[in-house]
Amino acid sequence: MTATVDASAIAAAVREGSTKASDIVEAHLARIGEREEEIHAFNLVLADAARAAAAAVDDAVAAGQDPGPLAGVPVALKDNLCTRGVPTTCSSKILDGWRPPYDATVVTKLAAAGAITMGKTNLDEFAMGSSTENSAFGVTRNPHDTSRVAGGSSGGSAAAVAAGFASVGLGSDTGGSIRQPAGLCGVVGVKPTYGYVSRFGLIAFASSLDQIGPFTTSVRDAALVLDVIGGHDTNDSTSIPEAHPSLVDVLDQDVKGLRVGLVTDLPAGADPDVQERLEAAVGALREAGATIVDVQLPAFGYALTAYYLIAPAEASSNLARFDGVRYGLRVDAADTNAMYGATRAAGFGDEVKRRIMLGTYALSAGYYDAYYGRALKVRRKVADDFDRAYEKADVILVPTSPTVAFPIGAKTEDPLEMYLSDIYTIPTNLAGHPGMNVPFGTGAGGLPVGLQVLAPTLGEPVMFRVGAALERAAAS
Amino acid sequence: MPDTPATQISATRITAADVVKVARLARLDLTDEEIGRTTSQLASMLDHFADIDALDLDGVEPMTQPYPLANVFREDVIVDGLDRDEVLAEAPDAAEGRFRVPPIIGAPE
Repeated sequence: MTATVDASAIAAAVREGSTKASDIVEAHLARIGEREEEIHAFNLVLADAARAAAAAVDDAVAAGQDPGPLAGVPVALKDNLCTRGVPTTCSSKILDGWRPPYDATVVTKLAAAGAITMGKTNLDEFAMGSSTENSAFGVTRNPHDTSRVAGGSSGGSAAAVAAGFASVGLGSDTGGSIRQPAGLCGVVGVKPTYGYVSRFGLIAFASSLDQIGPFTTSVRDAALVLDVIGGHDTNDSTSIPEAHPSLVDVLDQDVKGLRVGLVTDLPAGADPDVQERLEAAVGALREAGATIVDVQLPAFGYALTAYYLIAPAEASSNLARFDGVRYGLRVDAADTNAMYGATRAAGFGDEVKRRIMLGTYALSAGYYDAYYGRALKVRRKVADDFDRAYEKADVILVPTSPTVAFPIGAKTEDPLEMYLSDIYTIPTNLAGHPGMNVPFGTGAGGLPVGLQVLAPTLGEPVMFRVGAALERAAAS
Repeated sequence: MPDTPATQISATRITAADVVKVARLARLDLTDEEIGRTTSQLASMLDHFADIDALDLDGVEPMTQPYPLANVFREDVIVDGLDRDEVLAEAPDAAEGRFRVPPIIGAPE
C-alpha cells in the first residue's frame, strides 16, 4: 500500500537533472490530497513553501549548481522542531499559533542539503505518549489500518513516511518515540546516540533523554539523513564534539563474524506473531554469517519505572517555561501567579498535566530520595547491564514493540497500560545508546512488525550494518 | 508530606492533600474532579513503581546524564541574539520593548 519513495533515488535523480524537484513535490502533495484527511499526519501542510523551495532547487540544478545530498527530498518535520516564522505547536493548545523566531539546527541543515519541508507533523502533546492520541489537534491514524494507532509520540512523521506524504520524516525519541511508531507503521526509524544530532530548536521534553532522528523507507536513506543532520553544534552543549564517520559508507559491509546478542531474560513477553518475526530474523542473521550470543539484562524490567520518574521530573522543569509570558496562550487574571495557574490549566492536556504532577511530586521535599534519587541509581544499573552485555555482543536484537499497532482508544483509559508499550525501547534512552527499528515482515492482521537493533554509545556503524542485513533478509 | 524523607516508594501513600500542594508548586489550577482523578491515577502508578524497592541500590552511583561532557566552553565573542521585535511580536502581551505581565505584587482588589 505504501508508495515507495526512496530519498536516495530522488536526490540522485534531481542532482543529475533527470527528475525535477517540482514534480517530486507535486506527486507527494497529490498523495497528501488523497489520504491526509483520513490519516491526519500533519498539523500543517506547507504546500506553497514546498513548491517555492522545489523551484529553487530546480533553478540551482539548471544553473549547474549542486543543491546538496538531499536535493528535492520531501521531508516532514515533527511539530516540536522550531521553524522560523512557521507555527510550531507541540500539538498543544498552549503553543497554538506561536511562530518561533529561529530554526532548529536540523531544519537549517536539511534546507542547506536541498531537502524540501512538506509540513509539520502531529505528535502526542509535548511528545508525551505512545499513540499520537494525546494531541490537542486530533489522533493520527495508521496508514496500514486507519482504525489503529500510528504509535507515538512521533506518529505523524511515521505515518507521513508510511503513506508516501514525504520520503523522510524527522522525529524525537525520549523513550521510544521514533522507534515505536516506525515499528507500528512499517518504516525505518533511528534514535541515534545521545548527542549525535544537535537538539538546538527541539522543544525540550526530558533533556537527559531526548534525541532527534529520521524516519525513512530504507536503511540507506536513514544513513543518508544522519550523515546530513549529525555532527557537532556549538548551540547545543550536549552535542558530541567528535566527528562521526559516514554511515552510508558502511552499508555494504556484511555481518560476517559480528556477534548479535539475544536477551534471555526479557521481562514481558512479546506477542507470538512478534516473537516469530524475531526468531526469523535471528535465523536470517545467522545465515548471513553473524554469530548469535545470549546476553542478560537483569535491570531491563526496572527501566520503565526509572524512566517514568526521570522523564516526568525533567519535563516538570522544562515545561515551567510555558507560563503565558513569552509565547502562546495567556489566560488573563488579576495577578501574575493567578495568570500562570489559569494559563497552564487551560493550555495543557490531561497527559501533560499528569506528567507535570508526577514529576513535581517525585522531585518534592520528602520524596526526592525515594523516587528521583533511586530512579537515577536504577538508570545506572540499566546502563551497567548494557555495558556487560556489549562485552559479549556487538549489537542486541529485541522487538520494537510487544504488539502490532493497537486499535485507537484501546489504551487511553489506563495511562500505565499505555506506558507499558514502550517497555522495549526505554532502556536505550536511559543508557544514551543508539537503536533503530527495521521493518521485518508482518504479524497479526497483516500489520507491520518491527525489530530493534541496539548498539553501544556511538555504535551507529555496526548498528547500520546489521540493520541493512535485516532489510536485505526481509526483502528476500 | 512525610516528617522524615521516605527512602522506599512502598512507604509512601499519595493523598489528595499532596496533590493539591504539588499542583500549587507546579502552577497548575486543577478542578476538584481533576484532583480526585489525579490522586487515584498517581497512586496506582506509584504502586507499580514500587517494583524498584526490591533492588539493592546501596553504593550505586546516580546517573544524571548519558554522555558526560563537562565545562563546555566557547570563545567569548559577541554573536547576534534573536531579533527583539520578532520575539515580542509572538508574546501574549508586550510594551516598550519588554514582555508585559499582570501585576506581580499589590494586585488591585
